[in-house]
Amino acid sequence: MTEHEIDEVTGQRTTGHEWDGIKELTSPIPRWWVYTFYVTVAWAIAFMIAMPAIPLVSDYTKGVLGYSQREAVRADIEAVRAAQGVFRDRIEQASLAEIRDIPDLFDFAVAGGKSAFSVNCSQCHGAGGAGAPGYPNLNDDAWIWGGKPDEILDTIRVGIRSDHPDTRFNQMPAFLADELLTRDQVSDVVEHVLQISGQAHDPAAAARGQPVFREQCSACHQESGKGIRELGGPNLTDAIWLYGGSREEIRRTVALSRNGVMPAWEDKLDEVTRKQLAIYVHALGGGE
Amino acid sequence: MFKHTLFEKNSIFLVIGILVVVSIGGLVEIAPLYWLDSTIEKVRGVRPYSPLELAGRNIYIREGCYVCHSQQIRSLRDEVERYGHYSLAAESMYDHPFQWGSKRTGPDLARVGGRYSDEWHATHMIDPRSIVPESVMPGYPFLAANRLDYENIEGHLRANRTVGVPYTDEMIENAVADVEAQANPDEGDVDALLARYPGAQARVFDGEPGKVTELDALIAYLQMLGTLVDFDSFDAAANSR
Repeated sequence: MTEHEIDEVTGQRTTGHEWDGIKELTSPIPRWWVYTFYVTVAWAIAFMIAMPAIPLVSDYTKGVLGYSQREAVRADIEAVRAAQGVFRDRIEQASLAEIRDIPDLFDFAVAGGKSAFSVNCSQCHGAGGAGAPGYPNLNDDAWIWGGKPDEILDTIRVGIRSDHPDTRFNQMPAFLADELLTRDQVSDVVEHVLQISGQAHDPAAAARGQPVFREQCSACHQESGKGIRELGGPNLTDAIWLYGGSREEIRRTVALSRNGVMPAWEDKLDEVTRKQLAIYVHALGGGE
Repeated sequence: MFKHTLFEKNSIFLVIGILVVVSIGGLVEIAPLYWLDSTIEKVRGVRPYSPLELAGRNIYIREGCYVCHSQQIRSLRDEVERYGHYSLAAESMYDHPFQWGSKRTGPDLARVGGRYSDEWHATHMIDPRSIVPESVMPGYPFLAANRLDYENIEGHLRANRTVGVPYTDEMIENAVADVEAQANPDEGDVDALLARYPGAQARVFDGEPGKVTELDALIAYLQMLGTLVDFDSFDAAANSR
């Protein structure tokens, strides 16, 4: 056992160790520190009583406050919904046309639609709705399945070639891959499409392609190539192309077909959000 | 009186002492999860991964997707509003190891299933910036070219069974056939696949019929993430935590 000695200057005991003449005091821990420590111990005990904490045999103590993180988030969302309730209820009941006529409701719908768009739609249609190859631009006034608010709303609900039972659906054949047309016929049809879309083309080949187009393509695109909205047959005579309007891209579309998919959002977004989205997308500029 | 000098003078006692104290901390926090009824929610719909999904999950781990993507929607309003229903423990009960992640450079993927088309995933995996210009995700174009190595997929199912995933003998025997049926439904027995793995999505995921690529597997995995639980039958009050 080491001998404890008293330090002359402070009157405190030393540890009894000595390093080259330097000795260490055994001063007690400061009072404020000790009391803080006691408070934390008391806090821990109180917290274990108040909050879910102690595991038992098959369950755990729920705490006198009965706090639940999952219950808290449910209450949070409910509170926000209630705060928005005055608008949400009106949006739920009003038709899209009515919403557009009521300024404050319209503003609320556009704001909510914008936020839902950046979370759910921007990945394909772009942050500003400008689209990408294969994903339509929502700012222009070309609509494959309809640009009226209710048509947009329905597209959002059921999707395109999605797994929804009422999905918007059509299927363009792969004319070359499925051997519906020969390689030459495909080239001729491509020239015809270039012609009706006002691009540089080979007139002789385009003339040969016209009857092929009438026979194979007009059922969905019309003889004029202006498309049929009800069938989702795009207009081929404008300068707007989903997959590109160059000779190579059109050839690839005719030969191998394209059948883009948009997911259905009925199960993922509630009706109010879908309506807000429809209003927002319609208001991007191209709505009919 | 207890002599603290025992620990100070014998390092082996000090080591044993440290182990005892640290173990108490760990045991108190971890051990109860093994016996409490409430650890894993009782839900309908969660099943083991189909062999193709499991292979896709292995690629997800191999490529380190978890470094930038989490798979855990926390029970906070902003997360639930953005990603959907908060994640349940039941949804990762067959994950070995789990992919909760701890960092989000990209978005959470716990409910990415069904949000995008297969074509979107394929394009995005090959060149992310071709459709999301502001993305910082690297491209993985080689996935589309690489044939999926699935001859040993039975072994992966068996290994998972060893750690508690309820794969049956029938599932293990048919693992290779199930991979092919799910990625090329025209040439496989999809009904048998669906009987073994209800709700599995069988289609040509990468747009190239015929060969099963790593991209097929990864997209099959992504498209099922977060889609299994039947939330209509989920009792939120009973599963309050």
